[in-house]
Amino acid sequence: MKNKKMLFKKKLAAAILATVFSSSVFAGNLVINSDTSDPAPKKAFEELIADFEAANPDVKVTLNLFDHEGYKTSIRNFLTADAPDIANWYAGNRMLPYVNAGLFEPVDDVWEENGLNKSMASAAAAMTIDGKKWGVPYTYYQWGVYYRKDLFAANDISVPTNWAEFKAAGAKLTAAGITPITIGTKYLWTAAGVFDYLNLRTNGYDFHMALTKGEISWTDERVVKTMMNWKELVDAGFFLENHAAYSWQEALAPMVQGKAAMYIMGNFAVAPLREAGLKADQLGFFQFPEITKGIPMAEDAPTDTLHIPANAKNKVDAKRFLAFVAQADVQTKMNITLGQLPINANSKAGDDEFLQAGFKMLSNTSQVAQFFDRDAPAEMAKAGMEGFQEFMVKPERLDTILKRLEKVRARAYK
Amino acid sequence: MRAYWKANQLKLAPWLFLTPGMLMFAIYVIMPIFQSVDISLYAWDGLGEKTYVGLDNYKELMDDEAFYKSLENNIIWLVLYMLAIPAGLFVALFLNQTVRGIRIYKSLFFFPFVISQVVVGLVFSWFYDPTNGLMNILLNAIGFDSIAVLADEDYVTYGIIVAGLWPQTAYCMILYLTGLNSVDSEQIEAARLDNAKGWRMLWYIILPQLKPATFIAVVVTVIGALRSFDLISIMTSGGPWGSSRVLAYYMYEQAFSEYGFRMGYGAAIAVVLFLIMMLYIGGFLYKMYRDERGR
Amino acid sequence: MFPTPIEKTSLNSQRLYKIALPIALIFWLLPLIAVALTSIRSAGDINAGNYWGWPTSFNMLENYTAVFTNSPIGHYILNSFKVTIPTVIGTLALSCMTGFALGIYKFKGNMLVFFMFVAGNFIPFQILMVPVRDFTLSIGMYNTTMGLALFHIAFQTGFCTLFMRNFIKALPHELIEVARVEGVSEIQIFWYVVMPLMKPAIAALSVLVFTFIWNDYFWATVLTQGADTQPVTAGLASLNGQWVSSWHLVSAGSIVAAMPPVLMFFAMQKHFIAGLTLGAVK
Repeated sequence: MKNKKMLFKKKLAAAILATVFSSSVFAGNLVINSDTSDPAPKKAFEELIADFEAANPDVKVTLNLFDHEGYKTSIRNFLTADAPDIANWYAGNRMLPYVNAGLFEPVDDVWEENGLNKSMASAAAAMTIDGKKWGVPYTYYQWGVYYRKDLFAANDISVPTNWAEFKAAGAKLTAAGITPITIGTKYLWTAAGVFDYLNLRTNGYDFHMALTKGEISWTDERVVKTMMNWKELVDAGFFLENHAAYSWQEALAPMVQGKAAMYIMGNFAVAPLREAGLKADQLGFFQFPEITKGIPMAEDAPTDTLHIPANAKNKVDAKRFLAFVAQADVQTKMNITLGQLPINANSKAGDDEFLQAGFKMLSNTSQVAQFFDRDAPAEMAKAGMEGFQEFMVKPERLDTILKRLEKVRARAYK
Repeated sequence: MRAYWKANQLKLAPWLFLTPGMLMFAIYVIMPIFQSVDISLYAWDGLGEKTYVGLDNYKELMDDEAFYKSLENNIIWLVLYMLAIPAGLFVALFLNQTVRGIRIYKSLFFFPFVISQVVVGLVFSWFYDPTNGLMNILLNAIGFDSIAVLADEDYVTYGIIVAGLWPQTAYCMILYLTGLNSVDSEQIEAARLDNAKGWRMLWYIILPQLKPATFIAVVVTVIGALRSFDLISIMTSGGPWGSSRVLAYYMYEQAFSEYGFRMGYGAAIAVVLFLIMMLYIGGFLYKMYRDERGR
Repeated sequence: MFPTPIEKTSLNSQRLYKIALPIALIFWLLPLIAVALTSIRSAGDINAGNYWGWPTSFNMLENYTAVFTNSPIGHYILNSFKVTIPTVIGTLALSCMTGFALGIYKFKGNMLVFFMFVAGNFIPFQILMVPVRDFTLSIGMYNTTMGLALFHIAFQTGFCTLFMRNFIKALPHELIEVARVEGVSEIQIFWYVVMPLMKPAIAALSVLVFTFIWNDYFWATVLTQGADTQPVTAGLASLNGQWVSSWHLVSAGSIVAAMPPVLMFFAMQKHFIAGLTLGAVK
């Protein structure tokens, strides 16, 4: 009897101790802010967090989801005011303002201790500013042309590999009453994807990077050449009508319904297209065709990253989380759910045909651009994308638009 | 101390009652105006150090197409928003009856004003949707082509104004309904004996009596037009390519949006907007001053 | 009465009026009816493009449950209350006092202070935005419902002072004179003589301020972020970004967000209109 009582007391004491300690010493609460609100990324993050919590039972993770477009404005606010422990963001120039303002924590130690300098060598440059690493990348994905195989077959079109074939394919589609390319430019950035490819193919990677770095005038005749190529497509009715009214998700519908045949997009479009019912024999992918002969085929492949805000409260666990995300097997699993490609060289890309195609395509090039709004500074990116949207509706205004962009360039790259 | 209070209570009491309210108002409303004017003289990203640039922000503004576009839209808003006043009067005249159930009708007509502009914006985005929106379904039904109102630079501002007029008309309607309630019936009867009818009656007898209601309607409509932020933000984010921006939205975009964070430049836009508003506030205060004197 | 009462007109125009009324109402509320109808459609109908035909199934319960279970809208609504209720209380407390001071006492600067409050009402929000955000940050209230409420209290005090002052000025002044002669202190006059008479004004302003603040979107986006603190207007805008083209959910969410002020309006209609139309009659 007495024993039992003792035991009970001991148990009680242990229980109390446990609660005391778990709430004060061991239990870390890790707050993550993320914009992964679309279904596939949302699921990938939830799985990632569950796995992390399973491997680190002493840490409790809170995930704050933001909508994709709204997050881009929120991040400034919460980094300064109410910082989470981890925030997701993008590599390249896009993180520059926060690094310059001292809002991101350098994480060279995470890279050092986990051998990331070797396993993530490919992304090191995009993560480095002033000789320091500012985050850990967890995924990247190819851009290219997604198309309806069945519509191509029905209209006797084979996958175009050069500009003439591409235009011919579009002509056949329009003749058949199908919009060649669907796009929704309401949130502007989708138009930048088209511009990136046209410029990369017309003038090449080095020119494109120099342009986004502000070293080349927007009224340069080479830029005009890119735009004239674009104008050909616009004039030939390649793009979805009223595209300025739609978001990228809304623009998926015409492709699903068979009213449009192609979509110049990132690989994240595959998941919703399948979800909406497109079968394996309907949906295909090809590399954006060559325009100027002989120019190496460079690609857009944006890298998504995780960062520790300088004002984070729990940096210790945040670094553990980053180290966890960097692991080869974690990246493998996560990217299969995301439908994207892992950064870690020891990870395996998923078996999915689109991932394999993207992986192969990207392995063949060393010229990888992040994306227009990640390569160009914010002000230039905004003005540029607005100009692209306007151009796609009013191509006759090309001169005015380019002059305006040139004016912004003079100011934005001080 | 106590004696002092007793002796001077009449002098002290008003300030005692005013202090909390004035303090809050000073901190949150009065001081920020001056701070904004100050910020407009700096280049500042809201994160790092401010750099003094003098009047550079204003000079840039003078050479900024987007600024002029916003200003132009502001004027369109101001002018067209005024339609809410005659429209509100019209609805009020229509509803100023005593048939059964009219009270419910009045409430339901007023309904749009109670709803948040965010909801109004979403409702109208849906209404204008180029593929499935009700407006285009109706247009197609009577043989017209669809119009993507919110993606067309020529229509977009008007499309948003229509959305804004909906609750604003409801507001003006309720003002006029209240006004009509207290119109002097003897005057109306007298005018009827003089054979005044319809429009003439409205113009010479009714409208003069509705003057106070009209005045308030003008005041709230002007404020509403210059604050047209919510609808633009929800319906178009200023697009396509900035054609639906107004100063209020442009300021927000420059100072706070994804690609913005030019606090100084944004503040300069706000100062210009404030000055425009000041003209109007001045007029309003002058009228109020005269009325107060006249009492 | 103007226009001529319909019962005094011909039978035909009476009939016409009775037919025109409901038609006009349906036309007037058409956009809203469209949303209400969309909110009970199934996802299948939406995806198939069946927006305006007869719904294949009525999913009212499913859609509204989905809105509450798949999104933090319940939380957003709670936040809205957390912002709105303190604002109503704070604003009324402050403006009863300022209105009393400006309506009862004649002192130097009365007009000036009054005009300051009135002018403050008309100020474009944008000129306050950057400094108010910085100030809220500096006192550690950024991204809290209280921080947002504090600003609203201050700003709404302008409008409410105008209202209260005019209301108090119209009260019979003799009451106060009598109390003063009796030796009642000024503070007691405020509390025991004037406050009880202000009940209608307080009722009217409560409903008005509740509706204004509930519907505020701009300051919600400037001073809060995320589901923990954002009120339902900002929350709805954010959900709209997540629910792209799921119009049945957007519609249901809109209706949910609009509900509280609508109920408030129908419950307190008399006060609401009294507040809104202040000054519309001489």
